[in-house]
Amino acid sequence: MPVLLVTPLAIYMTAFYAWPLASMLLRSVDDPAWTLENFRRFIGDVTFLDVFWITLRTALIVTAGSLLLGYPVALALSRLRSGPAALVLVLVLLPFWTSVLVRSYAWMVLLGRHGLVNELLIGLGVLDSPLRLLNTSFAVCIAMIHILLPYMVLPIASVQRQIDAALLRAAAGLGAPPWRVFLQVVLPLSMPGVAAGVLLVFVLALGFYITPALVGGPHDLMLSMLIAQQVDLLNWPYAACLSTALLATTLLLIVLAQRLPGVRDVMRSATR
Amino acid sequence: MNLGRAVFNASWVLVLVFLGLPILIVVALSFSSASYLTFPPPAFGVRWYRAYLGSSDWLDSTWLSIAVAASVAVLATVLGTLAALGLPRLPPALRMAVGALVLSPLIVPGIVAAIGIYYVFARYRLVGTPLGLVLAHTCLAVPFVVTSVSASLAGLDRRLERAALSLGATPWGTFYQVTLPLIRPGILVGALFAFITSFDELIVALFLSGSGAVTLPRRMWDDLRFAIDPTIAAVSSLTIALTAVLLLGAHLLRGRRA
Amino acid sequence: MDGALARTVSRGASVVLSGVEKHFDSVGAVRGVSLDIRSGEFLTLLGPSGSGKTTTLMMIAGFEMPNAGDIAIDGRSVVALPPHKRNIGMVFQNYALFPHLTVAENIGFPLRQRGVDRATRARLVAGSLELVRLPGYEKRYPRQLSGGQQQRVALARAIVFQPRLLLMDEPLGALDKQLRESLQLEMRRLHADLGITFIHVTHDQEEALTMSDRVAVMNDGLIAQVGTPEDLYDRPCDQFVASFIGESNFLPGAVLGREGELLVVDCGAAIVRAVAGDGRTHGGNVTVTTRPERMHFADRVAESARQNSMAATVVEAVFAGERCRYLCQCDGGVEVVIKEPSSSIIPRRRVGDRVEVAWSIADTVVV
Repeated sequence: MPVLLVTPLAIYMTAFYAWPLASMLLRSVDDPAWTLENFRRFIGDVTFLDVFWITLRTALIVTAGSLLLGYPVALALSRLRSGPAALVLVLVLLPFWTSVLVRSYAWMVLLGRHGLVNELLIGLGVLDSPLRLLNTSFAVCIAMIHILLPYMVLPIASVQRQIDAALLRAAAGLGAPPWRVFLQVVLPLSMPGVAAGVLLVFVLALGFYITPALVGGPHDLMLSMLIAQQVDLLNWPYAACLSTALLATTLLLIVLAQRLPGVRDVMRSATR
Repeated sequence: MNLGRAVFNASWVLVLVFLGLPILIVVALSFSSASYLTFPPPAFGVRWYRAYLGSSDWLDSTWLSIAVAASVAVLATVLGTLAALGLPRLPPALRMAVGALVLSPLIVPGIVAAIGIYYVFARYRLVGTPLGLVLAHTCLAVPFVVTSVSASLAGLDRRLERAALSLGATPWGTFYQVTLPLIRPGILVGALFAFITSFDELIVALFLSGSGAVTLPRRMWDDLRFAIDPTIAAVSSLTIALTAVLLLGAHLLRGRRA
Repeated sequence: MDGALARTVSRGASVVLSGVEKHFDSVGAVRGVSLDIRSGEFLTLLGPSGSGKTTTLMMIAGFEMPNAGDIAIDGRSVVALPPHKRNIGMVFQNYALFPHLTVAENIGFPLRQRGVDRATRARLVAGSLELVRLPGYEKRYPRQLSGGQQQRVALARAIVFQPRLLLMDEPLGALDKQLRESLQLEMRRLHADLGITFIHVTHDQEEALTMSDRVAVMNDGLIAQVGTPEDLYDRPCDQFVASFIGESNFLPGAVLGREGELLVVDCGAAIVRAVAGDGRTHGGNVTVTTRPERMHFADRVAESARQNSMAATVVEAVFAGERCRYLCQCDGGVEVVIKEPSSSIIPRRRVGDRVEVAWSIADTVVV
């Protein structure tokens, strides 16, 4: 009976998701005939290495930035009383569910030649003429941090909320000043959440498409954009190789991270 | 320690401002009366909302997105709820396999899935059709339904079902009179998130919209690439408002579950 | 007497378990249980957790299928019958009231399944609520009720459709002591009023002794002993039953011989005579047992034909309100517990006192 219940969805997902995905990925090795030639070709390709490096670098910067900015918010979320905490949660969730497109557009508005930042800086007399902020790596990083921040905040907050308040009181009672309580009790105990958040943000950043495409410059070609480009050129085998690389990297990171203690449960709760 | 605390409080407040400000800017911009992208706007008005409402292209895309999202919500909810009901009772190996399949859209990078779907759908002439969009978006929406309904089911006391059976209710009667009413909030929340996911979806739409089924996000994207005028700000604001309303609905539903 | 008996017989179901077994993976939860439950009686399955009592109850209800053996209700085997066709009332440990339905809808639920019309339903629900002493609670929701009230609504729901058998799975476990005791008496009263068969599962031996007509003590998947509360208390058949129900003192010894119904045992500190009721031939080493409150301090050596006695030294003396509790070490090394009422007539003993411990031979049992 339970098998009957899951069969419709299983068939559906296989037909419209898994099989299309698999047949596309297969193009990396079966075109023109069964061969690994495509893979060999793309590993040596300079463009690919360039793009891969840019993607990696961006993902690292974005992850670090989200962690730095997100940790205090997560801490606040878990320590505030329920009223203010709910407000903070709304302020984190509303951007989270607002479409990536709208949020990327918001950064276009902010960083454009006549955008808020430039206008502000000119108005304050810091600049004479507008800076080129949009279509730069800087824009990509800051926009992506903005969009991925909730993915960092939520797992960390959920783990921190589980830290027994009694532990903190005990530490304080034993004579530890607040900064030490934080460094030696809160921070270590929040590590599973941090690991989950870092993993989530990094993996998402690797595969990001919309934001870099909108706010990035011609030299900010990320892996996902390269893939889209190749599809537009009908270069399926190459696109398939790139996709396989991206997917494999994503899966590898997730599998590795799951081995870290506590990360798996956090991931489960992070996907709601 | 007041200084430390002040610094801490300032830091997360600033980050929250950072999170919310861009969205507020967009909303503010939508009320600008200037015809180019400038901030702060020289004057205010509803010019761009009127432009949006007056444009058949924009409205067509809006209706299409709503229709597709509604269909996706229904389809994903039906398939996802059935699966969520069956998953807990499967043997462990099968449960993990099906669970992985069902949740895979959350892990596979959007672009990879999109081109995979495009690759096959193109062959079956599903590009540029609303049907293609519905079929693809449902896959992306299903994980949200399954997670929501599963969470609801997990919170359900199994003994309630046994009690119903002991009182003479048939297995189907038990499901309909006891289980279903109690997981209904979870189902509805899942449906809401399925709707939002489809309505805002862009990456798959980039490949599947073609010229015959241009969704709202797709039209916004095209506009952004080729001509930036604040109509997009108006559309964005409306989207934000819609998201806020749907989120509120989800929150109220989840509260009812207690 | 005949009329009352006839009424009881016709209203309560008889339940017969024959060689019932149930394993989960390779663990034997129930390893061969045979039990004859009489029509209209209040029987309790008593045992520690893991003894198989709840599994047995679930098999009677139909939520578990036995791997072997048969279960017959009113003479008909029910093993193949699914739970919703068995027409048995059941009260669960956490009451399992439907949170989305009112009290009236909860109680009326079984009536709806049986196609009873709305007017009759309302009448029966009201009657049921009267029976459990909660009149007028129809429109409330379970979350608005206290634990005791929820339990009574669960009872009302389980009996409203007039089943011949009521099963209860540790229904009072979640309540505090005072509430538990008052509800125990209410259930006893309900049983007397309704005249149907009650099968009750608990790990609380005091509860079992208070409420039941008979008790079946279970241990490790088997029934250790079945009997009235007095039977079990006065004549435990083995060490497990003797220590699970109430408190017991155990005196190991070697059999010297028989004297009619009695066994003569050398327990080191004294020669003890014990009732060897069940006709088993005991050779070699046995353990005799008696209850702490049945032992008392004798002022001189008692050579009564009806008493056992032995010399001991008081090791601990505790005043515990109703009773004084003493731990005494007998000359043979065995320690025994003695409970004496804390009346002013009875002298209190102190640590170090040499005493003579005496107790009736009729209260001494071989286990």
